[in-house]
Amino acid sequence: MIKLENINKTYFGAQPLHVLKGINLEVGEGELVSIMGASGSGKSTLLNILGILDNYDEGDYYLAGKLVKNLSENQAAEFRNKLIGFIFQSFNLIPFKTALENVALPLFYQGVNRKKRNTMAMEYLERFGLKEWADHYPNELSGGQKQRVSIARALVTSPKIILADEPTGALDSKTSAEVMQILRDVNATGITMVIVTHERGIANLTRKIVYLKDGVIESISENDPNKMDFTKEIK
Amino acid sequence: MFDIDSITEIWQTIARNKTRSILTAFGVFWGIFILVILLACGNGFDNGLRSNIEGFSTNSTFMIPSFTTEPYKGYQKGRDWSLNMSDIEAIKRKVKGVDMISPISSIYSYNGDNNVFYGTKGSNFSMKGVMPNYNEIDRGKIVYGRFINETDIAESRKVCVLGKKVYEDLIGADKNPLGMMIKANGIYYQVIGVIQAYNDHVNISGATSETVILPLTTMQLAYHTGDMFDFFMFTTARGYKTKDVQEDVKALLRERHDIAPTDEGAIMMFDFEEMFNMFEYLFLGIKILIWIVGIGTLLSGVVGVSNIMLVTIKERTREIGVRRAIGAKPALIIRQVMAESLLLTVLAGIVGLVIGVAIMAVVAGVVGNTPSEEVMFLNPQIGFGAAVAASVIIVLSGLLAGVLPAIRAIQIKAIDAIREE
Repeated sequence: MIKLENINKTYFGAQPLHVLKGINLEVGEGELVSIMGASGSGKSTLLNILGILDNYDEGDYYLAGKLVKNLSENQAAEFRNKLIGFIFQSFNLIPFKTALENVALPLFYQGVNRKKRNTMAMEYLERFGLKEWADHYPNELSGGQKQRVSIARALVTSPKIILADEPTGALDSKTSAEVMQILRDVNATGITMVIVTHERGIANLTRKIVYLKDGVIESISENDPNKMDFTKEIK
Repeated sequence: MFDIDSITEIWQTIARNKTRSILTAFGVFWGIFILVILLACGNGFDNGLRSNIEGFSTNSTFMIPSFTTEPYKGYQKGRDWSLNMSDIEAIKRKVKGVDMISPISSIYSYNGDNNVFYGTKGSNFSMKGVMPNYNEIDRGKIVYGRFINETDIAESRKVCVLGKKVYEDLIGADKNPLGMMIKANGIYYQVIGVIQAYNDHVNISGATSETVILPLTTMQLAYHTGDMFDFFMFTTARGYKTKDVQEDVKALLRERHDIAPTDEGAIMMFDFEEMFNMFEYLFLGIKILIWIVGIGTLLSGVVGVSNIMLVTIKERTREIGVRRAIGAKPALIIRQVMAESLLLTVLAGIVGLVIGVAIMAVVAGVVGNTPSEEVMFLNPQIGFGAAVAASVIIVLSGLLAGVLPAIRAIQIKAIDAIREE
């Protein structure tokens, strides 16, 4: 599903910063992968490149069999819209839109008509137990509810992969556990998922953990999350 | 572009910050409002002043003999001279470019004694002897009967046309004056018509409404002036320059009356065309000034909208970034920002247009009801063309206001959304 070949990325500022130094990584369909690393290790940059939010200088990135390189803004927008679902640490819901409208927004950009996209959005809200909250604005929802809305938004377009950037970073441990359970359930339906985190407890809930250090992959470890009692692992 | 979804999107962002949106829109509202008020007032003055010259031929020239200022052919300077009917014939025959020419004599009523009587009722009015074509140069509306005609002239009939005020004061507005006898300066004349001037502000030898008009030949007989008269008016024919025609007429008169060709003082002249042209330039100047001030005011409103929207875009960096991340294309973002600016501007502009027009309609109603003695201000409303122009300007300014914010908005990358601050 994801194939990275010798990805290099340098930020050219006053002091050129070589952030990614030849990343090679493959993620198969339906895998649940976490990327770990200290701050400055390049994990956010890697996620940005995976999410086609940022470009890279060298190498090749194949997403669902397509080479993602030097895309125009329009092509990138279309790729993101159709193939990728984003989950952010700070949820990034649009504050003046209701939960339902937030979930329906990606479909609006696909040109789905109003009635159909509201029906679809409602289905996803219902799936995450938010039916009665459909007409509430983000500031009327709890952190866990907000993250569930954003998961619904990520899923509503039936993407090939879900990219989650510290999805539990702003949540307490109990809610984190709930959100992780939801993400694992989503993954169980066959959607590839990449989670960036710096919390070991979260990473331990994934099948494959990629350790990133100073712009290179230090190691990749296989993991059996079913052996873990994750509620204890999350501090 | 304006389906229900887009409008909802736009409306949500505008309504999110009601106070700010209203204050922003106020700039545009005010600009259009002021533009409409100014244009309407400009039109009001224009209409008012034009109504004062209505009915008067704007290409007419008026000449009166005066004392000569140079000695010539053995004559001393300071000689008095008079016009006579053969001058008119000569001008008609020899000068090209004279359309209509009309000799006039007048008797002023300065001393204030009653000189015109109907029965025992008397009052003080001026008298004027004219030719039939006078009513084509200084036009008036015939209220009763007819104007002086060629037969009146040929037979020197003792008939008169009364100004409307003369008729109302002496005979009374409720009576048919035709056939009645009026005594003016001791001679009886039969009333053949009543004339009402289109305006009483531009006229020759007294307001038409307050004048008793006689056939010129009758007046010449009654006052023993032979074939002489006091002054004449002529209009310039199409395709000729008034200045050239005036010079030709003057040259001919100087030759016929032994006046030095260089004597500018011997013929007094009023050039109405020049005067009216001055009016036209004045109006044009006022119009240009109004548009400059109006557009300037509007422009500051547009800058306001643009400025506030730039701030708004800055504040919405994250939101726009999220939209980009979940699939909004750049064109869509531009469209949204432009549409926001357009909607804000158009709504404010239309409100300004409507309120401006409504206020001026009320003003027009009030002004229209006041008696029109000294009309300076008439029907202060903007025309359909100006309204269309204002609407086009509103739309253009909306688009203009949106350009910078839209450029700023597409510079926001999706990556900005997930960058934690």
